[in-house]
Amino acid sequence: MKSLHEFLTMGGYAAYVWPAYAVAAAVMIANAVLPGGRLKRLKAEIRRRKGAGA
Amino acid sequence: MDKHSWAWFHRFASPPYLYKVAGLLTPWFAWSAALLIAAGLYGGLWSSPPDYQQGDGFRIIYIHVPSAYLSMMCYGIVALASAVGLIWRLKLAHAVAVAAAPLGASFTLLALITGSLWGKPMWGTFWVWDARLTSELILLFLYLGFIALTRAYEDQRSGDRAGAVLALVGVVNLPIIHYSVVWWNSLHQGSTKFFGNDAEIPASMLVPLLLMIFGFTCFFAACLLKRIQVEVLERERNATWVAEVLR
Amino acid sequence: MSSTVLTLISQDIRLAYRRRSEVATPLMFFILVITLFPLGLSPQPELLRNIAPGVVWVAALLAALIGQQSLFKTDFDDGSLEQWLLTPAPLELLALGRVASHWLVSGLPLVVLSPLMGMLMNYPGAAMGDLALSLLLGTAILSLLGAVGAALTVGLRQSGMLLPILVLPLAIPVLIFGAQAATQAARGEDPSGALYLLAALLVLGITLVPFAIAAAIRVSLES
Repeated sequence: MKSLHEFLTMGGYAAYVWPAYAVAAAVMIANAVLPGGRLKRLKAEIRRRKGAGA
Repeated sequence: MDKHSWAWFHRFASPPYLYKVAGLLTPWFAWSAALLIAAGLYGGLWSSPPDYQQGDGFRIIYIHVPSAYLSMMCYGIVALASAVGLIWRLKLAHAVAVAAAPLGASFTLLALITGSLWGKPMWGTFWVWDARLTSELILLFLYLGFIALTRAYEDQRSGDRAGAVLALVGVVNLPIIHYSVVWWNSLHQGSTKFFGNDAEIPASMLVPLLLMIFGFTCFFAACLLKRIQVEVLERERNATWVAEVLR
Repeated sequence: MSSTVLTLISQDIRLAYRRRSEVATPLMFFILVITLFPLGLSPQPELLRNIAPGVVWVAALLAALIGQQSLFKTDFDDGSLEQWLLTPAPLELLALGRVASHWLVSGLPLVVLSPLMGMLMNYPGAAMGDLALSLLLGTAILSLLGAVGAALTVGLRQSGMLLPILVLPLAIPVLIFGAQAATQAARGEDPSGALYLLAALLVLGITLVPFAIAAAIRVSLES
C-alpha cells in the first residue's frame, strides 16, 4: 500500500472488499458479545432466584 | 492403561470443572486472537502488494479462507463431541456440540458472503455454483438441520442425542457430499476453478493469511469457551455448585 | 431371528395393501410435480428433453421423502415400536426390514412409473432402461436416508418439514450421481460410471445406515 487513498479505494475494489470486512467484523463482534451478555443475564437470573429462596 | 492416566479426561465430565477451565482459558485465546488478527490485518491490508490478476480485490481472501476453514473444523468438533457424548454417555460433550453449532453456522455464512463478494468483481455475479461455495452452502444446511433438530425436542437429553446421531451421519456423509459436488462441478464448468490456483501463494500473501487463520482459530476458541460456559450454566442452573460459583 | 424380520416385512406389505390410497399419494405427488415443469416453463420438446433427467430425479427425491414421514409413526403411536426392542432380532435388522418393505411399496412404483414420466418429458426411449436403473438404486438409498430422518423425528409433536430439511442435504450425492447417469444415457454416452457410484453408495448405505436408524429409534423411544 503506498497511500491512504490506495488503502481506502482498494484499487477500485472498495465496494467489495470493505463490505466483506464489515460483515466479518459484524459477525465476529456478535459472536464475541452475545454469549457474554447471555452469561451475565443467566447469572443475574440465578442469583435472583437463589436470593428469593427458591 | 491404568485408571489414573484417564483421570484428566474424566475431570472434564464434571460441569464445575469445565465451567472453571473454560473461564480461565478464554482471556488467553481472546488476547491471542486480537494480536494475531491485528498483525494479519496489517500484513494483509497494508503491507502486502496487490495481486497480479485480481488487484486489491484478492484481499477478501484474508477473511474468506479462515472462515471457510473454521466452518469445517467446527463441524468436526460438533461431530467429535457428539461421538464422545454417545459413546461415553457424557452429557457435557453434548453441551459442547450444541454450543459449537451456531458458531460454526455463523462462520459458514460468513464464508458464503465473503465468497460472494469476492466473486462479483471477478466473475460478474454474486453467486456461482462452484464446488467450494456449493459445498459451503450444503454445510450450512447441515448445521441448520442440527440446530433445528436439537431445539425441536422438549426433552433436552433426547434432543442432544438425536442431534448427535444426525451430526455423525452428516460427518460421514460430508466427504461423499464434497466429492460428489466436485465431480458435478467438473462436469459442468470444465477446468475453470473459481478460486484459481491456490497451489502457488507468494510468501507476502501466505504469512498474513496464516496469521489470520491462527487468529480466527483463537477467536473461535474464545467464543466457543464462552458459549460452553453459558450452555453449562443453563443446564446446571439448579445445581449446588452453581450457587457456590456465583457467590 | 430372520423369521421375525421376514414376518415384519410381510406384515408391512399386507398393511400397505390395505391402505392402498395412503401408499399411492407419494406416487401421485411424483406425477404432479413432474407435470408442473412443462406448465411452469414451456412445453417445448427441446427444453423438456434437456431438463428431463433433473426434473424426474428431483421429483422422485421429493416424493420419496414425503413418503417417509409416516415410516415409524403408527408403530410409535401404538407402542409396537417399543416391542421391536424386545424381540430377539437386532434392531438394525428390523429397521432394514422396515426400510425394505417401505421401498417395495413406495420406491419401486416410482421406478416402474419412470419411463412413462420420461415420455412426458420427451426423454429418449433408448435411455429409459438406464433412467429406471438409476432410480432403482437411488430410491433404495433414499429410503435408507429417509428412515434416519423418520426415526429422528417420529417422537416430535410438530415435526412438519423437519424430515426433508434434515435428509435433503444428505441426499444430494444421490441426486448428483443419479441425474448425471440419466443425463449421460439421454445423450448416448455411457452412464456406467455414475451408476457404479450409485451402487457403491447403496452398498455403503445398507451396511452403515441401519445402525444410525437403530440409534435414532432408541433416542426417540427414550424421549
